[in-house]
Amino acid sequence: MIEKSGAPDKINQLLSKAEAIRRSIFKIICEGGGGHIPASLSIVEILVALYYECLKITPETIGSPDRDRFILSKGHACVSLYAVLADLGFFDKSELGRFGRRGSILGGHPDMLKIPGVEASTGALGHGLPFGAGIALAGKMDNRDYKVIVLMGDGECQEGSVWETAMFASAHKLDNLCVIIDYNRFQAMDALDNIIPVSPLADKWSAFGWQVKEADGHNITELTEIFSSLPIHPLKPSLIIANTIKGKGVSFMENVPIWHYRMPNEEEMRTACEELQIEELKKQE
Amino acid sequence: MRNAYIDALYELAGEDDRILALVADNGAIVYDKFRESYPNRFINFGIAEANMVSVAAGLASCGKVPFTYTIASFLTMRAFEQIRNDVCMQRMNVKLVGIGAGFVYSNLGPTHHATIDMSIMRALPGMTVFSPSGPLEARKITREAALIDGPVYIRLSVGGSPEIYEADYEFEAGKGVILKDGGDAVIFTTGSITPEVLKAHGQLKTRGINARVINIHTIKPIDKNIIIDSATKTSAVITVEEHSIIGGLGSAVAEVLAEHGIAVRFKRVGLNGVFAGGYGTYDEMKELNGLSATDIVRETIGCLIPT
Repeated sequence: MIEKSGAPDKINQLLSKAEAIRRSIFKIICEGGGGHIPASLSIVEILVALYYECLKITPETIGSPDRDRFILSKGHACVSLYAVLADLGFFDKSELGRFGRRGSILGGHPDMLKIPGVEASTGALGHGLPFGAGIALAGKMDNRDYKVIVLMGDGECQEGSVWETAMFASAHKLDNLCVIIDYNRFQAMDALDNIIPVSPLADKWSAFGWQVKEADGHNITELTEIFSSLPIHPLKPSLIIANTIKGKGVSFMENVPIWHYRMPNEEEMRTACEELQIEELKKQE
Repeated sequence: MRNAYIDALYELAGEDDRILALVADNGAIVYDKFRESYPNRFINFGIAEANMVSVAAGLASCGKVPFTYTIASFLTMRAFEQIRNDVCMQRMNVKLVGIGAGFVYSNLGPTHHATIDMSIMRALPGMTVFSPSGPLEARKITREAALIDGPVYIRLSVGGSPEIYEADYEFEAGKGVILKDGGDAVIFTTGSITPEVLKAHGQLKTRGINARVINIHTIKPIDKNIIIDSATKTSAVITVEEHSIIGGLGSAVAEVLAEHGIAVRFKRVGLNGVFAGGYGTYDEMKELNGLSATDIVRETIGCLIPT
């Protein structure tokens, strides 16, 4: 855990880890021939803070009933998770180079039956939270002290099923459940505010009985502190609004909806590589 | 049928502490004994079927064996994507128990009827589909479901449905049961309409027609052998279901007949591309929707003597 008294080395390590993961995401998707780049880039620091500092889960404890669970409910950002899991040794890094290709275990949405370390097969939105709530409830029934962390998209809050579980989790006092909302304010076609606004998120979740905290979703120090001190409030599920930038790290993709599911051309690829400090990309076959 | 299910579930809960009873604001008094004996293993989700099914999948991922229960139409349709993705795709050990098969909730209207549930549950990869015809069978199927490590759908009628078996019998999942024997025609039946089919069998007999009646309690996997064997020994095959004829028992039997090149006169009796219509008693609903014993007799004779 990071000590408040200052562990600049540790923070620097995590920061460079985040940079490496960001590079990895871009390479995997571009070399694999397609994927959701901006959504993957917006959750990098969240995943790094969780997996390298806060979650009790390792390749050795994959099947352990006491492991912490992380569920990527916004399954389309899976490449970010793939990069982290491979880096931590959940599966061989060489698999990343086969992303989306015939015979690979890694597809455009994560499959829990295929990928070691993936807890839920997500892709359709509004499923990760109730599935995670079931795991949290089982933990309470069996007196286990694991945490369940569910990362959702902000647009995902438009799904009705999310609010069914929002009611359920507070009614059952699931304080071992924490939802992080990747609040990048964009969905596939436009800004949320131009389609169906989900704001005010904090008020909505508070009204549903959750303890809410806001954070800079790209500030690893801040995220680590919050994730390490869960639950925010005893007997209440935790909701963290992580303010993020969709496409973070690639200037021309940041906050531009058209990039939700689009591949850069050669020139754009060069610019992105410069910005992310990627030396070379394998040519697509 | 409902009480037989709940009694069996209560028994199972006593034998296996992984078993949980999940409901969506349905089953008030009948669950009292379960709730009193196992207060921490009974969860009422309120009116939120989608949440119930996904949470059940999460519980199953931790080794629990949740039996989810509510009105069949809400369970299978409101929560369909949850059943498909969270339960079937992830191969979770979740049991789905729908109450109110067909139009047994007669005058509550088509929102509360389950007339395509077998079609859509049957289409799901990895799903076992049971359709018990009476209380004894519902009990056996409930116990069988607990033995299956994977998704199961059980389609129940309501409380007070009649018993179709005169004595205990050997239940085997995936194996049809010959209720009445005869060579003139073969009638396949499933679930709640079976007592009506038995009535029709009697009426046919008085007219000199001896029909074999086969109860298909397992819709998926379907008993191919009994279909092939029976169909090759008769000239007419009739299927009867309190359900759409698209995708349910009739379709399952037709698939087997067609894929095995069995040329036989064939008629599916059930709802033909319509919602169940009208109001009234359950018996009146059968008359209004072409599923009374008289209708079954007429359709059987029509199938025997093509016009």
